[in-house]
Amino acid sequence: MAERHPTSDFVVIGGGIVGASIAYGLAKSGEKVLLLDEGDVAFRAARGNLGNVWVQGKGATSHAYADLTRNAANRWGGFAAALQEETGIDLHFRRPGAFYICFSEEELERRSGMMASINEHATVRSEFETVGPEELRRRLPEIGPEIAGATYCPDDGTANPLFLLRALIKAAAGFGATYLPRRKVVSLCRDGEGICIETEAGTFHAGRVVLAAGLGNGKLAPQLGMTAPVRPVRGQIMVTEKVRKFLDFGTNFIRQTVEGGCVFGESSEEAGFDEGTTLSVLRETARRAVTAFPLLRDARVVRAWGALRIMTPDGVPVYQQAPGAGNVFLITVHSGVTLAPFHAGEMAVALRQNRLDPDRYLPFSPERFNVQAA
Amino acid sequence: MFRPLDDKGGKAVAIEIEGRSQIVPAASNLAAALLSAGFSPFRTTPAGAAPRQPYCMMGVCFDCLVEIDGLPNRQACLETVREGMHVRRQQGAAAIGEKGKAR
Repeated sequence: MAERHPTSDFVVIGGGIVGASIAYGLAKSGEKVLLLDEGDVAFRAARGNLGNVWVQGKGATSHAYADLTRNAANRWGGFAAALQEETGIDLHFRRPGAFYICFSEEELERRSGMMASINEHATVRSEFETVGPEELRRRLPEIGPEIAGATYCPDDGTANPLFLLRALIKAAAGFGATYLPRRKVVSLCRDGEGICIETEAGTFHAGRVVLAAGLGNGKLAPQLGMTAPVRPVRGQIMVTEKVRKFLDFGTNFIRQTVEGGCVFGESSEEAGFDEGTTLSVLRETARRAVTAFPLLRDARVVRAWGALRIMTPDGVPVYQQAPGAGNVFLITVHSGVTLAPFHAGEMAVALRQNRLDPDRYLPFSPERFNVQAA
Repeated sequence: MFRPLDDKGGKAVAIEIEGRSQIVPAASNLAAALLSAGFSPFRTTPAGAAPRQPYCMMGVCFDCLVEIDGLPNRQACLETVREGMHVRRQQGAAAIGEKGKAR
């Protein structure tokens, strides 16, 4: 703790896609930013996710979330182009639209109904189509005979999440931000007007703090009088050897990368902080993938891993400004890839103004979880 | 370029490399046998079509991928030669499914 760093205007805690997006947005607009990250032992959703820029079906319980998602996805193209210009890194962003593959007619019907209901409430438009089995076979020639259909949304896209994270940190640094890994935050406390941040390697002082530590927010937020109701939801993912291009669109659980590997996974498990894999889940995931695209039977899986989603009780993001001094901001979302343009854009602007507009951000306040059950 | 350390005139088998018959020491490692035969490159990369040769020779780098008896993306360094084995260069990403030739 002998190491004492000069005060930074902004300290962003959490070097995943969410924290890096915010650090990038702040640094780009001229703020002095310090981005604190954990080491390799951290639960890194940013390094374990599928890489979908996903719109369809999001916001079933919150039209504010549907709108947030749609606006962010609509900005992804410009966002990726700017990052590429600033860093030379191609994020492999594509937006051909995506199919949500349904295994039964009932599932397809339920899905269509849910999508239609979101569109009744959302104010940002996003069209979708319900695609029957014959039409689906025309658009996805390798689709399996047992598939009942799909919902198609042209607003969905995919990106390489590893390139995204690398580009965000590189661009933030290019705009003067400081990125410090292996600085797990041990404790936080108010210190006069600012915040004192004690890490495993040095103490830092911030004018303003952004808590973007993913699952870590659960323990960090209460130290500054806030609550981050968040729990880990495990997903298990596999990637195949590189094979020739057969899937030009996104799907809800299989993505073929630009290089040719197929990344697939869709499991959702309450497994605490265990980020391992299990044979039963991997077997079922592989079975469904082969049912969807029978040719995958010939593709060998080269790697499998588990990753922990950062989930709020209703799946909708939490954005909150601390009451009183107001110099602490809580950001907890599981859609870091999709919402990256929002975090680097509108959210960074709000942070600079030191004001999350109560009207705009009320739907994202954690207060919504405190309503007494009737 | 490559010289076997234990060349004591043991048994040999015939394998086919890109349609051409080649006599190689029996039970030898396929990647080693291909290197001895001057086979190059083993594969080309899916993204940039760059040529690749074995690098690690221990199953980690995947740079020695070849097609063996019609099956794509086999790691030559983890295979032992067999009489009549057909080896082809792995050109870019493997084709799979009915449109590919595998299986």
